[in-house]
Amino acid sequence: MTTSAAAGIVPPGLLAPAGGWSRRHPLLRQAVLLGGVLLLIAFAWEAAKWLAGDPWRIAIGGFTYTHTPPLAWRIASDISLPHLWTIVATLFDPVPGGPPLWLFLTGAAFYTLRTAFVGFAAGALLGLGLGIVFVHSRFLERALVPWVVGSQTVPIIAIAPIVVVALGASWISVAVVATYLTFFPVAIAAIRGLRAYDRRAGELMRSYAASTPQVLWKLRLPASVPYLFSALRVAAAASVVGTIVGELPSGIPEGLGRAVLNFTQYYVTAPERLWATVASCAMTGLVFVGLVRFAEAFLTRGRYRPAAV
Amino acid sequence: MIPDSAIPAAAAAATPVVEIRGVDKTFATASGGVVALQGIDLTIRAGEFVSLIGPSGCGKSTLLRIIGDLTGPSAGDVLVNGKPSHRARLDRDYGMVFQAPVLMDWRTVSRNVELPLEVMRYPKADRQARSKRLLDLVELGEFGDRYPWQLSGGMQQRVAIARAFAFDPALILMDEPFGALDEMTRERMNLELMRIWRETETTIVFVTHSIPEAVFLSTRVVVMSPRPGRVNRVVAVDLPQPRTFETREERRYFELVTEVREALRGFEEAAAVDEVVDARIRVEGIG
Repeated sequence: MTTSAAAGIVPPGLLAPAGGWSRRHPLLRQAVLLGGVLLLIAFAWEAAKWLAGDPWRIAIGGFTYTHTPPLAWRIASDISLPHLWTIVATLFDPVPGGPPLWLFLTGAAFYTLRTAFVGFAAGALLGLGLGIVFVHSRFLERALVPWVVGSQTVPIIAIAPIVVVALGASWISVAVVATYLTFFPVAIAAIRGLRAYDRRAGELMRSYAASTPQVLWKLRLPASVPYLFSALRVAAAASVVGTIVGELPSGIPEGLGRAVLNFTQYYVTAPERLWATVASCAMTGLVFVGLVRFAEAFLTRGRYRPAAV
Repeated sequence: MIPDSAIPAAAAAATPVVEIRGVDKTFATASGGVVALQGIDLTIRAGEFVSLIGPSGCGKSTLLRIIGDLTGPSAGDVLVNGKPSHRARLDRDYGMVFQAPVLMDWRTVSRNVELPLEVMRYPKADRQARSKRLLDLVELGEFGDRYPWQLSGGMQQRVAIARAFAFDPALILMDEPFGALDEMTRERMNLELMRIWRETETTIVFVTHSIPEAVFLSTRVVVMSPRPGRVNRVVAVDLPQPRTFETREERRYFELVTEVREALRGFEEAAAVDEVVDARIRVEGIG
């Protein structure tokens, strides 16, 4: 449960007693928890810099003070771990010949999210389709599941250029790369979930002389929903990764992939831009996983409450 | 063999709904075959309420499952409505109620009752009308829009009963449907089931290991012996219909309870030995 898992991280004052406002407003509670954890990470980040980062000058009003950290740790240097305010400030700097960085990254995130969604949808359908085939045919399951598992041992970075060359450098190839990453968790969960129905419910359907498609549609698929959604959340995050990796060899300029590639090249002089881009990628994944969770809550209303993101 | 005298006069004239002829059932286990049923002969006629009772492991649930074509006999024939049981299943001649309600948690109560009707492609208006009527019959008319988890165990089992009756099957098979309920709920459910049985005029085969329940509900009680399961004795229950709360206080009721209990008593020692076999069969997954 959200509350107990987070209890160790968040100061006790942030947690409302059970049955209080947090129970009545689960979304607000989630926001408070996310904000609390974010603050803790920021605190740890800057504490590391204070202790072992590069010296910096602090100016408050007319008073200036140069802080020299007592230790030196390469990981906390300004190149590896820029100050958070540097990262925030760079969001408002314009990218060369373009809009401010935050606007550029938001646009890129939406572009990537759109491609990721297509890849996710195709991967979900492919995974579910494979699951349906496998639970109805032990023969095909034995023959093909090892290949499905094997497909995921190939690094996506090797698959992406092959797909892009084969299908052409367009967002469709990128979506195919995302599909490649997303069908797998869905297929594995579908194989489990479609077998997870109550045996007696199966006998009930048998006593109605239900056809195989009827058993699938009215029993196996609904019973597999909790399994499928667990996989779909993983798949949503994976589809964003797949899209970003797919965007690299296809040379698509609009997405986060190109932003990652660009700012990697300037990392030594402006690491804060790559960090801002990394944060955008994470946000994009989180937004997508959140959308999947809302879809689950909507589809299973009255039945059960989905687990936290 | 059932002596004809054991069949109530009214039922004797009715058409047979279930005819069991020389049924054996042997389960294969790693340590050889276990004979679950041997030489079962039983005829159940239209409108009867027949209970199968016996010590655990006597194969009464297996016999019910054979009637319902959920498993096949190793030897012998089972006719339901004059057809082989397999054909009867495909013709949707019977409804089934298990010990657990087995409701689908993603469906509302009324949509659970509609499930068999959907499978059998009843038109939507008919489905809804039947679901409404049956939920009224089990006195859950107000609860159609709820989800199963919002109902108590007894209410869930009433939904399962409504579901079994939804498509007007000629035969209802019930496998210890009230076994998981507390005694008070169970007695109330017994009364309700009697009312539903009278109103729907179905034939019911009912597996139980409660002697009072079997006597209270049935027109005949089939007492089975432990493994290998055989029909040991058939007790005709000549208590007047309708059975009411007062039925349980009649002298004849106590006499019949005693009669069934004595028919069962002979097996108690054998049953204790059988627990060992039972445990083994459960472990090997064929119970």
